[in-house]
Amino acid sequence: MAAPDIVMYEEEFNQIKQIISKLRVDANAKVVFLVDKNGQQIAAHGEIENLDTTSLASLTAGNVAATDGLARLIGEREFSILFHEGARDNIHISIVAQRVILVVIFDERSSLGLVRLRVKKASLELGETFGRIMAKVEKERAVAGTAFESPFAEITDEDIDSLFSE
Amino acid sequence: MTFINYASREINCKIVYYGPGLCGKTTNLQYIYDKTNPTAKGKLISLATETDRTLFFDFLPLELGTVRGFRTRFHLYTVPGQVFYDASRRLILKGVDGVIFVADSQVERMDANIESVENLVINLKSQGYDLMSIPYVLQLNKRDLPNVAPADEIRRLLARKNEPVFEAVAPKGIGVFETLKGVAKLVLSELTKTGSS
Ligand SMILES: Nc1nc2c(ncn2[C@@H]2O[C@H](COP(=O)(O)OP(=O)(O)OP(=O)(O)O)[C@@H](O)[C@H]2O)c(=O)[nH]1
Ligand SMILES: [Mg+2]
Repeated sequence: MAAPDIVMYEEEFNQIKQIISKLRVDANAKVVFLVDKNGQQIAAHGEIENLDTTSLASLTAGNVAATDGLARLIGEREFSILFHEGARDNIHISIVAQRVILVVIFDERSSLGLVRLRVKKASLELGETFGRIMAKVEKERAVAGTAFESPFAEITDEDIDSLFSE
Repeated sequence: MTFINYASREINCKIVYYGPGLCGKTTNLQYIYDKTNPTAKGKLISLATETDRTLFFDFLPLELGTVRGFRTRFHLYTVPGQVFYDASRRLILKGVDGVIFVADSQVERMDANIESVENLVINLKSQGYDLMSIPYVLQLNKRDLPNVAPADEIRRLLARKNEPVFEAVAPKGIGVFETLKGVAKLVLSELTKTGSS
């Protein structure tokens, strides 16, 4: 209960950033974006200066959750890819390693075919990285004897109050 | 599902406002949004019907500051309270770290409150959580209305454990931040507990 489900370490975080920045170049995309299934942004790369990435993360996760619900209703395990086509920009959404959502935003400089191809390759690499992260978390748990080392030793009322003081 | 990023020293927590239709969940979020410093908040997203009933969820990201050197973000969600949106409610509970149950204090809404708490227990279970062990607070909202039940009586009907209880008038902001702080404290101290699940 006390242990978080995803813990991101420096080494894997850098690998992930590398993979998505390479994907952006290879797929000729505007933005590549990684979100966990609960809507927390993991990493983003590309033309994100004018993009509300937090909202994008939350809506993407909501979209995927609703689509998963639809899939189960009709007896499918999941729809592995979602694609939304716009007049200018398109969004390609896919699930990596059953737990993270990979979002690619692209325009006419790229194509659905190219994006699909590159996403496939990057997904494999991301899957491996997330596998390593999960293994690490498990290992730490085992070493600490079920204990997860939390940075929040003793949280005090003052800690909370200072968070909420403007 | 708390998300800790040691690389960027961030921690993200998901808080869900639960409760029957029209109890004031969206109003809580709106008040928080209105009163929070622009630098500390993102957009308030409301997926609502044309009559302002929540259809899928409201979402408000808050970045309040640092605790122990970690940038702490709260992602606040409301569920749609109307009974027939149950499938959506279940989805929103995915990965939740803390729940605020907003009760409607009006006497005639007591059955709806009770039904909604029971629904929360069931839906939490379907996502693998137990109300008894998850950070949880109870808000008694609409204390300004004339036909409200006494706070003690509502607590007796709805309390499931030793959860903190807050009285509130959401549109005026009474009790709104107190409730949020209450659950934030529980969520962060949950992280301090080592070990056993
Ligand atoms: N008098 C009074 N009215 C309130 C209070 N809190 C909320 N309301 C009103 O109750 C109505 C419903 O509030 P919402 O916040 O939309 O309710 P909700 O829980 O989000 O409802 P759903 O989205 O359908 O689940 C609005 O008109 C609010 O202004 C309160 O404390 N006192
Ligand atoms: Mg609402």
